[in-house]
Amino acid sequence: MVRSPAFSFSERCAVATPDASAFDISYLDILSSRDTSIHRLDPRAKLLTTLAFIVVVVSFNKYAVAGLVPFVIYPVVVITLGDLPLGYLLRKVLLAAPFAFFIGVFNPFFDREILVRLGPLAVSGGCLSFVSIMIRFFLTVTAALLLISTTGLNGVCLALEKLGAPRAFVVQLLFLYRYLFVLGDEATRLTRARSLRSFEGRGTGIRVFGSLVGQLLLRTLDRARRIHLAMLCRGFDGEVRLLRPLKFTGMDLAYTLGWSTLFVLMRLYDIPQRLGTITMELLR
Amino acid sequence: MHMADALISPAVGGAMWAATAGLTIYSARKLKQEIDDHKVPLMGVLGAFVFAAQMINFTIPATGSSGHLGGGMILSILLGPHAAFLVMASILTVQALFFADGGLLALGCNIFNLGFFPCFVVYPLIYKKIIGAKPTQSRIFAGAMVSAVLGLQMGAFGVVLETICSGVTELPFGTFVLLMQPIHLAIGIVEGLATALVVIFVWKARPEIVEMAGPLEAVPSRSLRKVGLGFLVLAVTTGGALSWFASTHPDGLEWSMFRTSGKEALEPPEHGVHSSLAEIQKKTAFLPDYDFRKEGARTESRAKPRREAAESAPAEQWPAVSAGTSVAGIVGAGITMAVAGLIGFGLKRRQQNKS
Repeated sequence: MVRSPAFSFSERCAVATPDASAFDISYLDILSSRDTSIHRLDPRAKLLTTLAFIVVVVSFNKYAVAGLVPFVIYPVVVITLGDLPLGYLLRKVLLAAPFAFFIGVFNPFFDREILVRLGPLAVSGGCLSFVSIMIRFFLTVTAALLLISTTGLNGVCLALEKLGAPRAFVVQLLFLYRYLFVLGDEATRLTRARSLRSFEGRGTGIRVFGSLVGQLLLRTLDRARRIHLAMLCRGFDGEVRLLRPLKFTGMDLAYTLGWSTLFVLMRLYDIPQRLGTITMELLR
Repeated sequence: MHMADALISPAVGGAMWAATAGLTIYSARKLKQEIDDHKVPLMGVLGAFVFAAQMINFTIPATGSSGHLGGGMILSILLGPHAAFLVMASILTVQALFFADGGLLALGCNIFNLGFFPCFVVYPLIYKKIIGAKPTQSRIFAGAMVSAVLGLQMGAFGVVLETICSGVTELPFGTFVLLMQPIHLAIGIVEGLATALVVIFVWKARPEIVEMAGPLEAVPSRSLRKVGLGFLVLAVTTGGALSWFASTHPDGLEWSMFRTSGKEALEPPEHGVHSSLAEIQKKTAFLPDYDFRKEGARTESRAKPRREAAESAPAEQWPAVSAGTSVAGIVGAGITMAVAGLIGFGLKRRQQNKS
């Protein structure tokens, strides 16, 4: 797996225990099953709006800082109307931040050309692009989290299927989601058993790991065979059919088109610039 | 940690998405041809297995850190390249959606780096060759190690290329490569070890599993459509991203003209066929000089010597950034944030009043 520089290893381990991750996913699952105006929208509308948001945000040039700020309105509205926990979402974003941070933090060192002067302060292009990267990161990651917490993976898979993704991939996603919890439990039991039996760090090395994960794999393969037999008993003939009707109403169309138009307008017209100029004129 | 959206441009993201989508459709089609329907639950469960296995860490002696299993190689060994690619894609999708590990636009890049290279390049061309017809323990060990190292090197290099082509980070190519490749070499060795041990364990217990991947094509079949798609992707990337780096210096013809006549292009005569045609061209060109039409510059023709143009318009920077109105921008940004907060607050009040 391609991972960022080694200093993120220990951070990753602090969070990525099997039960912590399983808890995380089930909490997001609970969030997505609530009933608010945002949750009731068609999943395709939410997916398309999220994608439009991300593409427009990422299309700014690398020194854009003020121009990105108005895009905060989308997470604000969705979190409020969708009744989502702000603290929880912010914590998740912060947890994911190190990667972007450690790539972006080099920018001020490499790009020292002074682009902006704020009174006595001279701000270099590198600082501007670093701030831009962090703002972009915050916006895009929040958009993805909002999508999953208002739609849930079942909704997203339905939307993907209706929008043309290959059936095999969507089925794979649904199966993966289902068995994540099951196998997460197994992995939790295995790690707990290992840590209960390993004194002074013995048994946590790679040899035991090899047999542990190998065991898990053998059990998984057996489980897969049992699942397949169970499916055959219930009439599985090789093709998985998804039978949930989706209706794209006028409300969904208005949602998607409205937000997309707003994003494009905010991209083309630098609102903070204009507001700021007007304010400075008034103050003089 | 996979690539984030903040570090790529729409052109690179879109191009990689196109490539990944094409590969996904190709893999799905190939899977349909295999009549083995027990693969459907197997793929799902193995995906969950890889997820769960990544949560089990092992300590690496003498470094104080821990490592874990990757996934691409084990999946390829057990399922064959096409199914393994789909499973990797699904794992990365879940990670992007639930764990904010990798952005949605960058998902195309991540799936390509972590799925295409291990499943379609390393597995058929390297692992299978090392394993040969009859696998032995040492062959499996060597195969897994080499495959993991090479797969990760390719994936890491893919990350470098995609980030540099996006032009968001200032890291020069050389530094970035020197940063990424050695670290992923170390990670690859660790991962190769883990993969080898797991595969050897399973092979000792049930050898038929390791040899169960379906018939394998050493070279993916080419079709005209795919070649065309590849070129389309290349064109989009070049036009979108690489055009920024197009030089603003005059090209060869303009340079030599400037040297000989002091102007970079001939002026058209004021009257006659030439001028009327020039007028028509000015009106219809919606991307004059390969850039968006500038309102004030409508009357300027390309015949103006570059020096004059440079004095009348702000100097062309590379890449073009306008910095003169920065203070106004900051003030405006603050106001915008306040307005957004007020809107959120107002909505919240309305909701509370309703319930």
